[in-house]
Amino acid sequence: MEPILAPESIDLVSIAPVLVLTVFAMGVMVLDLFAGKSKTLLAFVSIVGLLMTAISAFAKVGLPVFSFNDSYTVDHLSVCFILIFTLSSALAILISIDYNDRENIKAGEFYSLVLFCTVGMIVLASSTDLIMIFLGIEIVSICLYVLAGIRRNHLKSNEAALKYFLLGAFATGFLLYGMALMYGATGTTNLISIADLIKSDGVKSEPLLMIGAVLLLIGFGFKVASVPFHMWAPDVYQGAPSPVTAFMAVGPKAAALVAFFRVFAETLPEISFFWETLLVTISILTMFIGNLGAIMQTNIKRLLAYSSVSHVGYILMAVLVKNTLGSASLIFYMVTYAFMIFGVFAIIIMLGRKGDENLEIEGYSGLGFKHPVIALCMTVFMLSLGGLPPLAGFVAKFYIFNAALQEGFLMLVIIAVLNSAISLYYYLKVIVYMYMKEPVREFQLSITPITLFVVALAIIGTIQLGIFPDPILSLAQQ
Amino acid sequence: MTEYFFISVFAIVALIIIGALLALSTILGPRNPTPQKLIPYECGIIPTEEAKGRYPVRFATIAMLFIIFDIEVVFMYPWAVALDQLQLFGLIEMVAFIAILGVAYVYIWGRGGLEWD
Repeated sequence: MEPILAPESIDLVSIAPVLVLTVFAMGVMVLDLFAGKSKTLLAFVSIVGLLMTAISAFAKVGLPVFSFNDSYTVDHLSVCFILIFTLSSALAILISIDYNDRENIKAGEFYSLVLFCTVGMIVLASSTDLIMIFLGIEIVSICLYVLAGIRRNHLKSNEAALKYFLLGAFATGFLLYGMALMYGATGTTNLISIADLIKSDGVKSEPLLMIGAVLLLIGFGFKVASVPFHMWAPDVYQGAPSPVTAFMAVGPKAAALVAFFRVFAETLPEISFFWETLLVTISILTMFIGNLGAIMQTNIKRLLAYSSVSHVGYILMAVLVKNTLGSASLIFYMVTYAFMIFGVFAIIIMLGRKGDENLEIEGYSGLGFKHPVIALCMTVFMLSLGGLPPLAGFVAKFYIFNAALQEGFLMLVIIAVLNSAISLYYYLKVIVYMYMKEPVREFQLSITPITLFVVALAIIGTIQLGIFPDPILSLAQQ
Repeated sequence: MTEYFFISVFAIVALIIIGALLALSTILGPRNPTPQKLIPYECGIIPTEEAKGRYPVRFATIAMLFIIFDIEVVFMYPWAVALDQLQLFGLIEMVAFIAILGVAYVYIWGRGGLEWD
């Protein structure tokens, strides 16, 4: 009897990042038992693990490499995203050290869950098989459900976890149903085989394939929080602990977007005639609802949740571009977005008080007079999120709009630019509060070296990528 | 497309039959409820209390742990049957699998997941 999995397709070196990080995640989990009260050691070990993972991403040369019967792919896209994931997870762990102390989050599992979640993201970014994608999404989601509710005695946190879990499980159903129909239409779960079949064969007009693709679109739409599947985002982002919110807004979202890109842009471009219109509509709706929703918010975390929804609207344009230009702009956008979001959240954590209080934008009034440097950093991040030159957010948007323009999405780009202008309103609102209003109460900043380090790193990233984007851009374009 | 047609005919007929049976029993069936008849049926024994009691969350934890180790054994059956084909590679894979579960076991033990109080 022939073995199902040919031994030569088992290539452990290709999954080196997954293996390294899994070992570290388990190590942190066990270490927690013996580490005692202080969890700083765990955070340190986790950072080392993430660093090793980032290095092991380069274990394979001669990309692209296909292993495990073509279900796992190491290519330029996956390597770049492994670097983004490790960076964002490391930053999330750094900003959570002080936060966990203040909020009395004693669970050392926090760090191992972040690591396990990162494992899931790596699987997601490298998988070229529907089953592997499902596996990755589930690893990521299950960790996030727990992380969102890790403040067990906090009502909002519990609400966030429960909402996220119920809606997430529901969306997973859609995803799985879509995968099943796609398997029904093509007879394989492998994305490369599906792409070949569609190219050569008459499955193009198979209704099962279309229905499957639409269901997948819904499932992914939920995972990346695009309209009309964004309803969970504001509540979950608000209720989850601040470092987890930052983490959710960058890493898992980026991972879902890569899988989105792999399924739609790389596998189904031949039948784009029907999903393209859908995705354009979703993208436009996502921008508008995200931006208009953010205008109304008074809570900074909710504001950033809506802003993150609107950013997904821009990023979905990269999926529409369907070629290497699209993937390159996706990579660049996520790098800059990681810097901006972690910078903002580091400042939010500095300004926050015990019990995750002081999250109203009003609480930022007068920050510019009392703590000019912090306020200046916040201003830079806000302007960058709004997409003003010469900051990184501008280059990222410019690059993605340009790519879409080259593919002929003129109307979409015009709408995106219009939305970019709308978004400035609420980003500037924060700046207006900081510089043009009197303080409502005394500031109690908890400034620690680690949080300051994250802010500094984010500032350097935001400005550097805005003025000299070439190194990262050329890396992304390879 | 013809397959879809037959499947849809089948689905419609199934729905009609279900609907007809439910409708007929509602319309034609006699209905004279007594308190005795409205008691929930529990294998013929007269219920002693409300079924809405609260269980300690421990039950759920133990059940989850049980399932994890149950699945471990379920995985081992097909592996053991096919071991002659899998050879050394299969053995190493299974050792890795059990080692990972062993880590989970150490963790559960250390966290006090196996203690009732």
